[in-house]
Amino acid sequence: MKVRLAYSKVGKIRFLGHLDMAHLWERAFRKANLGVAVSAGFTPRPKVSFGLALPTAGESLVEVLDVVLDPAPSAERELDDLAPRLSAVMPAGVEVTGAWVAGPQSIQEDVVATTWVLAIDRDAEDTATRVAALVAAPEFWIERERKGERRRDDIRPGIFELRTDFDPSVLPADWRSAVSASALVEAVVTTSGRGVRPTELVDALFPGDEPWNVMSRVIRTHQWIERTDAPCAPFSVRARKELPHEQRIAVG
Amino acid sequence: MTSLWSRVEPLLARVRKPARYIGCEDGAIEPRHGQGKVAWLLAYPDVYEVGLPNQGLQILYEILNERPDAVAERTYAPWVDLEALMRERGIPLFSVDAHRAAGDFDVIAFNLSAELVYTNVLNMLDLGGIPVHTARREPSDPVVVVGGHAAFNPEPLADFIDAAVLGEGEEVVGEINDVVRAWKASGRTSREGLWRELARIPGVYVPSLYDVVYEGERTVSVTPRFADVPATVTKRTISDLAQWDYPRRPLAPLTEVVHDRLAVEVFRGCTRGCRFCQAGMITRPVRERPAEQVRTMITRGLERTGYNEVSLTSLSTADFSGIEDVVSSIVPDPTACGAPTVSLPSLRVDAFTVGLAAKVASGRRSGLTFAPEAGTWRLRTVINKLITEADLYGAVESAFANGWSRTKLYFLTGLPTETDDDTRGIAELAAGCVAIGKKYTSRASVTVSLGGFVPKAHTPFQWFGQNGVDELQRKINLVRGAASRGVQVKWHDPRASLAEGLASRGDRRVGRVIERVWRNGGTFQEWSEFFDLDRWLDAAAAEGLPVEWFTTRHRTEDEILPWQHLSAGLHRDFLWDDWRAALDEHGLPDCRWTPCYDCGVCTGDGLEHVVASPVPPAGGSQGTGQDLARGGEVPVVVRL
Ligand code: SF4
Repeated sequence: MKVRLAYSKVGKIRFLGHLDMAHLWERAFRKANLGVAVSAGFTPRPKVSFGLALPTAGESLVEVLDVVLDPAPSAERELDDLAPRLSAVMPAGVEVTGAWVAGPQSIQEDVVATTWVLAIDRDAEDTATRVAALVAAPEFWIERERKGERRRDDIRPGIFELRTDFDPSVLPADWRSAVSASALVEAVVTTSGRGVRPTELVDALFPGDEPWNVMSRVIRTHQWIERTDAPCAPFSVRARKELPHEQRIAVG
Repeated sequence: MTSLWSRVEPLLARVRKPARYIGCEDGAIEPRHGQGKVAWLLAYPDVYEVGLPNQGLQILYEILNERPDAVAERTYAPWVDLEALMRERGIPLFSVDAHRAAGDFDVIAFNLSAELVYTNVLNMLDLGGIPVHTARREPSDPVVVVGGHAAFNPEPLADFIDAAVLGEGEEVVGEINDVVRAWKASGRTSREGLWRELARIPGVYVPSLYDVVYEGERTVSVTPRFADVPATVTKRTISDLAQWDYPRRPLAPLTEVVHDRLAVEVFRGCTRGCRFCQAGMITRPVRERPAEQVRTMITRGLERTGYNEVSLTSLSTADFSGIEDVVSSIVPDPTACGAPTVSLPSLRVDAFTVGLAAKVASGRRSGLTFAPEAGTWRLRTVINKLITEADLYGAVESAFANGWSRTKLYFLTGLPTETDDDTRGIAELAAGCVAIGKKYTSRASVTVSLGGFVPKAHTPFQWFGQNGVDELQRKINLVRGAASRGVQVKWHDPRASLAEGLASRGDRRVGRVIERVWRNGGTFQEWSEFFDLDRWLDAAAAEGLPVEWFTTRHRTEDEILPWQHLSAGLHRDFLWDDWRAALDEHGLPDCRWTPCYDCGVCTGDGLEHVVASPVPPAGGSQGTGQDLARGGEVPVVVRL
């Protein structure tokens, strides 16, 4: 049975890379005594697939993975049990927030956009001005690497929303207090193709500065799927209908 | 003690592999510091991925944290990118557990598993804000201790350490803890007072309490400065491994490390008597762990860590009594991703061992490694690695027959008495292996890995003058030239072997060279991208020390060796006789199953082998029960 898990990754553990995180999950399933189906072939691999890669040092409230459990959970209760069981064996900072039966589509196919909150260690007013300027700009070209080649891309079309005035209540309390001196910027960006990365946003806002000198923390708060008739809110920490700007994300 | 985390944290997004510095591993122990406790910082002088799996460090970490009067944290050498940021901002070396400053600890204990890491020891002390010279340390500075295999000749580090511990640490750490705790309670009076107390502990060597006199290049005397300081310090050995079922909470890292699997030590010590092998000589006698305990440690360890691979470690795991039973009893876990994989490092070179490896290997059979060490039977009798060609070809045949398509053969070059025929013999053996492999698969390939031999203290070869850089390179080229199709030759940089030789058999004066190399930026010398022999040669020249004298020169019988006042339990006579026997091409079977040679270890320490099986293992061991003369025959004639 293909099960989709949503989990958060915050705090020290954010410094663990995507690949290491994948290995950690394999160990976690074994520690929680959950059987995972393996691929056929000479070198069987456990059937676990991960969604959008979270950049190392980035945090998230909504990461997702699909895992084929074998034996499958036999009852609803057992499915509900997965979250606490797995949270208990993952390191501090990783918490499984939900588990449900996944549809046939892969995570990658599902997700089209993601929301980030950036903690910017610069003057709040200056940050707001720069944000407004970037929103007003019809295009914004940056140089970046793509499949080993350096090229220039216009990232502006991939930035759906960018603002400094937003409701920060979704952010964990200790996260907010850790960045209380920083200006917060919320960004909704595309994940299709090469996507737009938080460090690229910072580069666009504060050109020439080392992004991680400007941005002290960055956290993913939502992942968005195109289908609006989704039965539940797989990629949101809150129920989708509560999200006021859901409809405004025009994708595709 | 305060945490440096808030200062370290902002740097981590800017460095490579930041997970090296966050701690949080499975099995990590939350440190509880407090009054009346001795705080230990267990340090590994290389990068996290190399240091984390170190079993010695993991064992001491647990044993110390179990004590009510001790607390232990860990640290590893920060990679160069983070170090630069730390120095820029004045952030000192910190522990990975609770990010406390190195200077806040009472004891810093370095695990030395190799010699080229010495410059990192100095660098870590300096980064920790601790004076690198012992003589300049105040009573408030941490006590700097070293242990591990390389600590058996700690002379090159004499100026930088307070004490070296010889041998196994399980018992002695507690005794050191008692001394340091008492010293702290008495208000940390003079450091010398502490040294005197430390020197009373068997196995603890305090270099500052000895006067060393040199005449020209030679060491003429090493004398204790006080009557109660022992003239000879002898290593510590635990008599019964069964009493030490550590680590009980193995550390499973979050990020990938060099040995990313559960490790269970099945025995300690090795009496195969390979003359080049320091590890074998200094860890005698053999002490096996009871099979039942091995099984329990495997089951518990896999459960705790979630690993599905276990490595049964020792210097020669196939020699463990009843190894077959143990590996076949590792129950396949139906719920997890299949049965756990068992890996047997240090495979013995024979068909039986390969059969065993085949039984436990996972689906993917990437490669199998054997270590014949020398190219001809003659030279193998010199180094006492009593493997016949039949053994090797049998092992390789079995490997290919069992589905492996690649084998790797480890050889040393620059061994005592080695002739060009011996060196070329390496290529011939490899060709023979390829020919066998071709019978099974067209993809058969053999990799020859060549290491330049570096003689080590406390071995029969401690008197041997190692080959210089040019000679080693010539021999490497000889093997490359003679290598046939299907044989790939890889080699260790001969320049690194020379620097390693200097640090391995150096005396106290070599410390000045190490310091210079470090001051000139030579850290991470185990890493080829940072190693530079010129730095070492320039430093030695600046200090007026002839490198050849320490490296390529044969020592004489009457010479006082710089480590002569330190003992691994082996009689000097035994080592000398074994050196002469080597030159006479005379092999010596394993003393586990044959009469004792009185090397000194068991008798001197009241120890005995702890071996469950009264007979040598299937497949034979190191000449036991074999007709050594038959090694000259070549039962399988293979020519390409
Ligand atoms: S004392 Fe004898 S039995 Fe013990 S390790 Fe030495 S040679 Fe072997």
